[in-house]
Amino acid sequence: MIPELGHFALVVALALAVAQAAFSFIGAHTGRRALMGTSRSIATGQFLFVAAAFAALAYSFVSSDFSVVNVVQHSNSKLPWYYRFAATWGSHEGSMLLWTLMLGIWTFAVAVFSRHLPERLVTRVIGVMGLVSVGFLLFILLTSDPFERLIPAAAEGQDLNPLLQDPGMVAHPPMLYTGYVGFSVAFAFAIAALLEGRLDAAWARWSRPWTTAAWCFLTVGIMMGSIWAYYELGWGGWWFWDPVENASFMPWLAGTALIHSLAVTEKRGTFRAWTVLLAIVAFSLSLVGTFLVRSGVLTSVHAFATDPRRGIFILLFLVIVIGGSLAVFAWRAPRVGLGASFAPVSRESLLLANNVLLAVALAAVMLGTLYPLFLDALHLGKISVGPPYFDAVFFPLMAPAVFLMAIGPVASWKRAALPDLWLRLRWAFGIAIVTAVLLPFVFGHWSPVIAFGLWLGLWVVAAGVAQVWQRFAGAPQRGFAAKVRAQSLSWYGMQIAHVGVAAFIFGVTIVKGYETERDLRMAPGQHTTIAGYDFEFKGTRDLPGPNYSAIEGEFDVRHEGSTQVFLQLHPQKRTYAASGQTQTEASIDPGLTRDLYVSLGEPVEGNAWGVRVYYKPFVDWIWGGCALMALGGFLALSDRRYRLKRAATEPAGAAAQAMRP
Amino acid sequence: MKPRTRRALWIVGGLAALGVATALVLNAFQSNLVFFFTPTQIADNQAPHGRSFRVGGLVEAGSVVHDKDALTVRFRVTDTSRTIPVVYTGILPDLFKEGKGVVAQGKIGPDGVFHASEVLAKHDENYMPPEAAEALRKAGHPIDKTAFAGQGKP
Repeated sequence: MIPELGHFALVVALALAVAQAAFSFIGAHTGRRALMGTSRSIATGQFLFVAAAFAALAYSFVSSDFSVVNVVQHSNSKLPWYYRFAATWGSHEGSMLLWTLMLGIWTFAVAVFSRHLPERLVTRVIGVMGLVSVGFLLFILLTSDPFERLIPAAAEGQDLNPLLQDPGMVAHPPMLYTGYVGFSVAFAFAIAALLEGRLDAAWARWSRPWTTAAWCFLTVGIMMGSIWAYYELGWGGWWFWDPVENASFMPWLAGTALIHSLAVTEKRGTFRAWTVLLAIVAFSLSLVGTFLVRSGVLTSVHAFATDPRRGIFILLFLVIVIGGSLAVFAWRAPRVGLGASFAPVSRESLLLANNVLLAVALAAVMLGTLYPLFLDALHLGKISVGPPYFDAVFFPLMAPAVFLMAIGPVASWKRAALPDLWLRLRWAFGIAIVTAVLLPFVFGHWSPVIAFGLWLGLWVVAAGVAQVWQRFAGAPQRGFAAKVRAQSLSWYGMQIAHVGVAAFIFGVTIVKGYETERDLRMAPGQHTTIAGYDFEFKGTRDLPGPNYSAIEGEFDVRHEGSTQVFLQLHPQKRTYAASGQTQTEASIDPGLTRDLYVSLGEPVEGNAWGVRVYYKPFVDWIWGGCALMALGGFLALSDRRYRLKRAATEPAGAAAQAMRP
Repeated sequence: MKPRTRRALWIVGGLAALGVATALVLNAFQSNLVFFFTPTQIADNQAPHGRSFRVGGLVEAGSVVHDKDALTVRFRVTDTSRTIPVVYTGILPDLFKEGKGVVAQGKIGPDGVFHASEVLAKHDENYMPPEAAEALRKAGHPIDKTAFAGQGKP
């Protein structure tokens, strides 16, 4: 009964989504207030019905209803309840429903939090989001029904893939999807503005907090995925340039370019057409990413052959969304016009350079991710593009972007003077160079790559400190506290996010430069010493789990030369009952300056095991940096100027209001 | 300098930088492509010597031998028509099992043994690496995927 109700709720949601799009567009086009007034409530209704459908599916999973195919294939009654719940989005069908739910949540948020924006613009935004919703609901109902019944019902489910039975599975996909789908708001704002023919600073200010919010969620989502891979895959890597990762990274790159381009559009009214194009690209890449990961195309391009409807629908949907929005862009962009001009040395041109570099990096990642798929689809052979390609391309492109990132906030809009920039940043520059040259000696050995990486990070931090110092020194307020309060939250947000980039660079540089990894065979009682830590393998014991049985190893860790055990690590090898699969659970002692990482390979002979022992200095800084970037973003979007009433601050908005029929 | 000349110079400079970036990207791309070969293709001497590539197929049942005192393991990869011996030193991924699909990356030695630098743990939801499935298909033995699922279907 519950699954049928869920299915019915989806049908109602589809009808509401159609109404949402139709009423909004007709209302906005004809200017009929009565029609425009309905868009918010229809959007709310659509959201509630999608939420009901999602709740129905989640209920089927949590209550282990094995008469639903989806539940049978991805769950098991022995799973703890939170993994049964997370299994809701463990399948293709469930994740599509999660996507649609997120879209509903964002639409609802727009309906609630944009009361101070011009009604026609908001109506069009909701209309565009309704169209996207129609596409996804049709896709679910026609090709990926999550509520399909199995008759007769199965006695037991096949279990969730053991890799996914992890807290990461509970948090990572919803967070990532919140980010992906959040770009639909930026996209909808862009399309609505194109239709209005009105793209100005005010529009950029309205669209900016939504874009920043989506970017923050995506950052956190990618960070969680990286942490998960680090401890769950059992070999200590944190980024593999795997197509699945690239699928989430490409929208992030586009989104990063977008939030910077939006800054220029808001402050100076320039880059308008480019900003709109980036909004379209960011959302299109979110769609491509979702489908790449979720359609099975990565495992085999020819997987579509088993269910051609799905593949054709996806391609059609992508063509309509991307082609349609680019057509609207081509049609309306000439009316957008150019903004104010700027000198070759100015904050605008620095941000332009940042955008160009990010776009080139995006194109390079896309080439490496999609090219093998095209070759395979055309039967031209199977190839793969290795991580060395991405490393070789990505870091040289990002290094100048990071270098300029430190200068950008110091440069003035419109025209900046190089001598003045030098005067303001020379101390930061000098300190960064000296520290970067000396610091590698503290860590151990010196190499130019390490020194360069450290220099980039130090340069960003030092330039940031110089800028904060000069800003406070130049503030007219009396007293330190008053000076601190006088600065805007978005300015602090930017500084923190940039420091986050620096922290990320420190983490990557130091872990790549100084990590020690050792795969070896260890019998009970044997010792191994890496990076000043002595690991003793004590032996293994059997340990039962809720739906698996585990062999747990015990390791005593001492500082080299000491007899006192300061840490015990317990890596596991689990065998899951339902699927018979084994799964390695690494044991990690995290720390600010280093992680100690032990995982079990396989039993060799007797009581000996293959063992991985890793020393990972500063690895947590990588994720700390991501967290700081997201924190900076959240601070920036809490800036009060985004919540001010339009009448008080925006004469252009009032003028547009007056022009209405 | 006239503003127009200056602008032209900027544009030319920008295009040149973009061109250099493109050349670097494509060069790195070209030198990092990893091609895939099946055991039959390797037996027919189609695989390159001295360049890293991938081989996929099934781990032949009964072929896995662990060294006594180190982490070196030897096994054979088969596409059901031909086989190739593989040697690898390190810890194998969880999904490595006799009779199951496997993909290894490495170089072929003068002794005809494939020296794997990496044994890949990637797979689809039925625990069959796509390259391995491809190798079996090419050898004329497309397998029923569920046979490798390690779990009963309802």
